[in-house]
Amino acid sequence: MIYREAGQFKTSYEADEAIFPVRQDRVFVIGLLVVAFFVIPVIGNDYWLRSVLTPFLIFSLAALGLNILTGYAGQISLGTAGFMAVGAFAAYKLSTGIPELNIIIVFILSGIIAALVGIAFGLPSLRIKGFYLAVTTLAAHFFIEWTLTHFGWFTNYSTSGVISAPEMVLFGYTIESAESRYLLALSIVVVMTLLAKNLIRSELGRAWMAIRDMDVAAEVIGIPMLKTKLLAFAISSFYCGVAGALWAFIYIGTVEPQAFDINRAFEVLFMVIIGGLGSIYGSFMGAAFIVLLPILITNIAFAFGANLPAEVLTNAQLIIFGSLIIFFLIVEPYGLARLWQVAKEKLRLWPFPH
Amino acid sequence: MLEFAFQEPMFALEVIIGGLLSGIMYSLVALGFVLIFKASGIFNFAQGALVLFAALTFVKMLEFGVNFWLAIVITLAIMMVLALSIERVVLRPLVNQPLIILFMATIGLNFLIEGLAQGIWGAEVHSLDLGIPEEPLEGLMDAVGISITYFELASAGIAAAMVFGLSIFFNKTRVGRALRAVADDHQAAMSVGIPLQHIWALTWAAAGIVALVAGMLWGAKIGVQFSLALLALKALPVLILGGFDSVAGAIVGGLIIGALEKFSEVFIGPYVGGAIENWFPYVFATVFLLFRPQGLFGQKIIERV
Amino acid sequence: MKLMKIAASAVAITAFAGIATAAEQYVPVTAYWTGPYAPGGSGIAGGWVDYMKLINKRGGVNGVMLKWEKCDTQYKPDLMIECYEKMKGKGAPMIHPFGTGLTYAVFERAWKDKIPVVTLGYGRTDATDGRVFPYLFPALTNYWSQSTTKIKFIGQQVGGMDKLKGMKIANVHHDSAYGKETTPVLEAQAKKYGFEYRNFPVAHPGLDQKAIWLQIARQYKPDWVILRGWGVMNPTALKEAARVGFPRNKVVGVWWSGAEEDVVPAGRAAKGYYAAGFHGSGTDYPAVQDILKEIYGAGEGELPKERVGSIYYNRGLVWGAFTVEAIRKAMERTNNQPVKGEDVQWALEHLEVTPAMIKKLGLTGLMPPMKLSCADHEGGGRAKFMQWDGSKWNVVSDWIDSDQEIVRPMVEASAAKYAKEKGLKVRDCK
Repeated sequence: MIYREAGQFKTSYEADEAIFPVRQDRVFVIGLLVVAFFVIPVIGNDYWLRSVLTPFLIFSLAALGLNILTGYAGQISLGTAGFMAVGAFAAYKLSTGIPELNIIIVFILSGIIAALVGIAFGLPSLRIKGFYLAVTTLAAHFFIEWTLTHFGWFTNYSTSGVISAPEMVLFGYTIESAESRYLLALSIVVVMTLLAKNLIRSELGRAWMAIRDMDVAAEVIGIPMLKTKLLAFAISSFYCGVAGALWAFIYIGTVEPQAFDINRAFEVLFMVIIGGLGSIYGSFMGAAFIVLLPILITNIAFAFGANLPAEVLTNAQLIIFGSLIIFFLIVEPYGLARLWQVAKEKLRLWPFPH
Repeated sequence: MLEFAFQEPMFALEVIIGGLLSGIMYSLVALGFVLIFKASGIFNFAQGALVLFAALTFVKMLEFGVNFWLAIVITLAIMMVLALSIERVVLRPLVNQPLIILFMATIGLNFLIEGLAQGIWGAEVHSLDLGIPEEPLEGLMDAVGISITYFELASAGIAAAMVFGLSIFFNKTRVGRALRAVADDHQAAMSVGIPLQHIWALTWAAAGIVALVAGMLWGAKIGVQFSLALLALKALPVLILGGFDSVAGAIVGGLIIGALEKFSEVFIGPYVGGAIENWFPYVFATVFLLFRPQGLFGQKIIERV
Repeated sequence: MKLMKIAASAVAITAFAGIATAAEQYVPVTAYWTGPYAPGGSGIAGGWVDYMKLINKRGGVNGVMLKWEKCDTQYKPDLMIECYEKMKGKGAPMIHPFGTGLTYAVFERAWKDKIPVVTLGYGRTDATDGRVFPYLFPALTNYWSQSTTKIKFIGQQVGGMDKLKGMKIANVHHDSAYGKETTPVLEAQAKKYGFEYRNFPVAHPGLDQKAIWLQIARQYKPDWVILRGWGVMNPTALKEAARVGFPRNKVVGVWWSGAEEDVVPAGRAAKGYYAAGFHGSGTDYPAVQDILKEIYGAGEGELPKERVGSIYYNRGLVWGAFTVEAIRKAMERTNNQPVKGEDVQWALEHLEVTPAMIKKLGLTGLMPPMKLSCADHEGGGRAKFMQWDGSKWNVVSDWIDSDQEIVRPMVEASAAKYAKEKGLKVRDCK
């Protein structure tokens, strides 16, 4: 009843090609954005904005980037954390080298640098496939981590090898408070999500999906393998690079290369798989699942007055987390995004299922 | 930069021998991955956690005062139960799902087992003494100045025995052949009457045994602790070099990676700032795969449209 | 969104539960009880909490009971931030990030929130210059001071600092920010004393170090080796040293390489190995005996009883004692009421722990005396050296003073660079 597109006629090609052809979707997304932009900064406290929602947004961006590569173009990658580190260190070098550069331009440039690195490490994908490719992307990860640790130039020769994000000024306004940091992250994520959504509906996006479904067949029908695959790596790395820059500048502030360790790459991959491969919604849902679930478990345990020892809590978190992944898979193998679709189908009929 | 190696041939030889022996230790971990991949086409992300779980269980049994051999039997029994429950609860409902889904299930398993292992057995460091002396062989040391310990020789022997046993199992027995059929196509294997469930339970149990052996030897080497779960990262380049589905590949890959890793660290590392051991094996394996995308002994990938 | 609402309400409930009553002092305990570094984390947290239990049994700090909350950071910066944001709202008077990377992640926010960050024996070395870093306290001793005590110890072992001339020292370090931190100060000392040194970085996590130890034993052939490891890297290093026949009594570890957890897995290979410490080992101190009697006797201990007296446990006691003394000092400003971050910041800059106070606490020999000030946030810089005899750590040196002639100018230069980069005003401490 609530979610029914019957009666919504499209009278022009523009309407048919809209991002959200269904009115209810439009209303939902706009409502969500209004809440995210205007309500949450007002009601959220430092804890929620700084240590939960900001990392959630940044992770969503990284997951979106990886989803372009893995979910749409079908290339499994474990280099995410490495590309994030490239973005973070590039942003640091740019903003300390040219202090008058606008921070948004810094983020875009660091994304482009990450994209170039991504292309270089994406080259093997033309020959290597599947899990073999996944392992070779680890070469990118470890090489980047080593390079950033070993060459003082990247950290401006800091004795301890860490980078510390300089103050961010945007249009004369210093990005300092939890609210402004959150809003900056949110704006960047919204713009980039919109871009991704359109990219996927473009010719390039369709070419990626053709490669994912069967690359030999895609090649046969004339999709240029080199260009398409490398573009997937480049654009994915661009997203990851920006996410890394945000991680260093908006979220943590002072980072060492080890902040982007291999667990980060796995984390983002889990988000993509759990959220749903080849789904934009899925990237956000996966990020929410991985960022929020542990916090939720802790707080629920707390709310019930259980004063559990910290180690019991963490281990319980691991066990519940692992079990939930398996449970979701058995119930719905195609990720949370698919669950969302199923829910929409149900809503279409509700409350008269027959 | 390599002239060093020629100036000090004995030293270069010792480095390479040391590398080969390290490589065998990597192979031990890689074998567990190969087993599962061969039998089901899944990359088992939880193998590192299995190694941790097995080693912790075993060392805890010893600390409870259980006899050494009895502890092995009990741990094996526990690993069997674990394998059976994994098959029952996780894999059986997921038959015929795409491989990426099964891969993801092993991610869930990884968290579950890590939580269980630490939750049940605690997070302390344990020392494990298998009674194999770790002193270098004196004769060799005196004669040519190369140190190889009894422990390393024993590890190599155990690894060789396991490879031999597994090769026979896969190539000569009925079950082994059935396993390979399952890996090719679940549905086709089931339709010709291969009991998929039994086969999977069996492979996971075998992977559990391999995990125990790897956990015992590595645990004796570096102490039984959480870091054992990180061993998987050492095994991955071995796997892609040797081929995901080849037992022989795991061993040969391990030897090559081990020797190259040590050789490059000693003779190339100093010129670029050292500590290249983490990425060098990966970069090498990647370059190698450009020429042979299926690894050394992996099954050739044939694509049809 | 639904998930978030549930979470939001859950947090709202916990916020009510977390408000401390008037006579309670909230103390955040952040450490790691799971993951690869759990053995160290659980040990220190155990000693720290046990000490606070003992203080509470004796009527608290000036009548104010301590109330602590634990938060598992798993040694990850992002989880540290979550713990910090959660705990700062509950009135945290200070924070021990417990990890160098974690310190970097949190100190700038804490600075703005006016909550002192205390890093005992780790953290950002140049924060010793309190003029630039008012809210960061690498108290007791920092990594650079430690490095100078180590070279002095080696000097003592070879019979005088002049004997160091022409010697070779290998610096085997974890390949990370933490591991590389001492390189500049080693270089300065090499110049001063005329020895030669070479860095041997070990890739994280260091599960196999054959290549490095073969280089050391067969090629470089140093007189001494400094081991700056962390976690599983330490026992592995000792085993590899034994394997290539490098004498372990020529290996000196830093204090994150010198606990039971670092040597026990190495078995016999660890015998003879030296390590630094900034506190004593064992249970032979009145306070520890009291804890065994009053806390463990009542079955309220944090850890298995055999871990009491271990290196990490005793380090936890020092952390606990330091925390309690800082709060006690801060109460001078609040008339014996619970204290806030600013009070503790003042207290730390005026804190002096004298031998007489330490004796009163029952910690003589375990805790070094110290005196912090506005300009000097380290306040001690002493270290003791221990040797592993195969079953326990034996103290083999007296307190060795650090070489501030080398360390202080370097600290000031590095802090000044930071201040310039950030455009900070340097405080005048006169």
